[in-house]
Amino acid sequence: MTAEALDNHHDHGPPKGYKRWLFSTNHKDIGTMYLIFATVMLFLGGGMAMLIRAELFIPGLQLVEPNFYNNMVTNHALVMIFGAIMPAAAGMANWMIPMMIGAPDMALPRLNNLSFWLLPMAAIMLIMAMVVPFFGGGAPVATGWTLYPPLSVQAGMGMDLTIFAIHTLGISSILASINIITTIINMRAPGMTWMKMPLFVWAWFFTALLLILVMPALAGGVTMLLFDRHFGTSFFDAAGGGDPVLFQHLFWFFGHPEVYVLLLPSIGVLGIVIPAFSRKPLFGYKPLVYWMGFLTALGLVVWAHHQYTIGMSVAATTYFMIGTILVSIPIGLMLFNFIFTMWRGAMTFETPMLFAIAIILMFAFAGTTGVMLAVVPADMQYHDTYFVVAHFHYALIPGALFGLYAGVFYWLPKWTGHMYDETLGKIFFWWTTIAFNVTFFPQHFVGLAGMPRRIADYSAQFTDINIISSIGGIMFGLSHLLFLYIIIKTVRGGKPAEAKSWEGAQVGTPGLEWTVASPPPFHTFTTPPVVK
Amino acid sequence: MENHKLSNKKIVLSLSLAAIVMFGFGFALAPLYQLICSVTGLNSIGGTIDARKTISDYKNIDQTLSERKITLQLDTTLEKGLDWQFKPVEKQLKVQVGEVSQTSFIFTNTFDYPVVTQAVPSVTPWQAAEHIKKIECFCFNQQTLAAGENKVMPLTFVIDPDLPKDIKTVTLSYTLMAVDNKIAENTKQNF
Repeated sequence: MTAEALDNHHDHGPPKGYKRWLFSTNHKDIGTMYLIFATVMLFLGGGMAMLIRAELFIPGLQLVEPNFYNNMVTNHALVMIFGAIMPAAAGMANWMIPMMIGAPDMALPRLNNLSFWLLPMAAIMLIMAMVVPFFGGGAPVATGWTLYPPLSVQAGMGMDLTIFAIHTLGISSILASINIITTIINMRAPGMTWMKMPLFVWAWFFTALLLILVMPALAGGVTMLLFDRHFGTSFFDAAGGGDPVLFQHLFWFFGHPEVYVLLLPSIGVLGIVIPAFSRKPLFGYKPLVYWMGFLTALGLVVWAHHQYTIGMSVAATTYFMIGTILVSIPIGLMLFNFIFTMWRGAMTFETPMLFAIAIILMFAFAGTTGVMLAVVPADMQYHDTYFVVAHFHYALIPGALFGLYAGVFYWLPKWTGHMYDETLGKIFFWWTTIAFNVTFFPQHFVGLAGMPRRIADYSAQFTDINIISSIGGIMFGLSHLLFLYIIIKTVRGGKPAEAKSWEGAQVGTPGLEWTVASPPPFHTFTTPPVVK
Repeated sequence: MENHKLSNKKIVLSLSLAAIVMFGFGFALAPLYQLICSVTGLNSIGGTIDARKTISDYKNIDQTLSERKITLQLDTTLEKGLDWQFKPVEKQLKVQVGEVSQTSFIFTNTFDYPVVTQAVPSVTPWQAAEHIKKIECFCFNQQTLAAGENKVMPLTFVIDPDLPKDIKTVTLSYTLMAVDNKIAENTKQNF
């Protein structure tokens, strides 16, 4: 059955005008909206990062007031994590999961619409949280994204807006996760068994599971914060019999699995991209699925490695240390599986593959600094320094963002029906990767030398390295204008893409997305395809 | 899609239930956390008096003791907005390990209305925390001082002989916080 035949039979076309988007129940349109929203948020969060790097260019206070600086640190993280990376991954899930498993749409299309449209509301609240302190809204949210009390209890109205934004974002992610799991369980085409699903689908299955388990714990934590602020409770107030450390436990019970929420979709993308450009089936597909499941379970029980300095007993820190170091086993095995997939493959180096290889290198590096940070006595020294900042940017930019870039370049021909400009794509890759390393690699050194994070000023001895870091940061920011240009150019035209846009796209455990036209018709697989 | 073992409804309901349970789990953690810490002793900070020992038990230790002495430094901090006077009578004292010792703190309510406060202790180094056994302390209860009232309150304690040998100086710090909402409100507005 060809896509055209389906098209003629069923397609009544999308509704016209704003209704197509506002009332959309189509997974492709909602996926597109997710991706556009994520791009807007990427530039907003990136703008904040540019201001942060500009302020840190030289010691002293030049551009912004310290409290506002700290508010930007808070919102840079929240916007990037909840506004850019998670929606981008969810947009990709919306576009690709139904097409990969041969489903006509998501299992719950209206819920899908709701989960998307909650996001802009949350984004508005997050932005307002930064703005209200200028209009008599009290002290800014200067806590960093961890929102630790007692500082978060003392902050002004911006904190309430942040709390409600987190509630809204949480509801959105939970609904999207429920939808994705239901789709994966119930909407697979006949013959698309669990162990034939593309790795990206598996990755999202575990991601969604994690989100459902940990997002409500954070929602509970910030709700208690809200009660402490306004209703006279003392969950986190020592004077009233509470304990501020309890919030840290709740936050990191969410916060650590959240790292895997950001990472797993990109691991899924790697599991698609690397076989395609190595022209070789994925090495150890089943073990990869098991490792992801193991990582999901392990991720839920190692959270307190973010809190070694709170004064836990030796027994507790030892447990969390060993648990955390264990995490390197499934992740290391995944990376080895990817390397063995490339081994003796007929490799070519298109932009998605370049990103994939760079991710393996840089993410392994983040893993190495991660093991350093997991070791209790060493961590006491590194805690809250730029070493930590460098570590988690190495984990999250290659581990999450670059993985999504690999996915964007890989599926862009499918989404738009046009091939992107390969030369520009490669220029973007080298520009952004080099700029990223220039920005964050030197931060390891200032961190080890003792430069603390979340402070707008620093000691003069750190100046040289911060200048390098800031120049890299501005280059990294500018590279994204090229990214935007490539996307817009590809949407507007270019070499037409074939249904199977990449030579190696069908290798290993491919999805069904390459059996429909590029771009796919508005409705795909209205009659379930059969997988042999 | 009729012949599935699980209907969409069942999956959605069970996943939503999981989310709600996890939300409740956050709240359940508030009491559970205290309980787990006290039962398992995982949280070694916040040494409290061992209820099974009486003062006479500590006095008995006296006779079997070595001459070991440590320096105890006393430190006080006031919550922002609570402009009381709160000072230790002695900032630093030599304490015989294993012997019941006493010192005092001076409290003055400088406000023209009564204020309820709670002192919260903190011990450095943390390894010493469980070895300071307090027998009587103003920090056991909330303290109310009338407008302008001045009061000296005692702290009676024993340094447990199990205190690690390498610890020669212990700092005991108290932060005084207003339980009263009036002060807390003022603090927020002035912040």
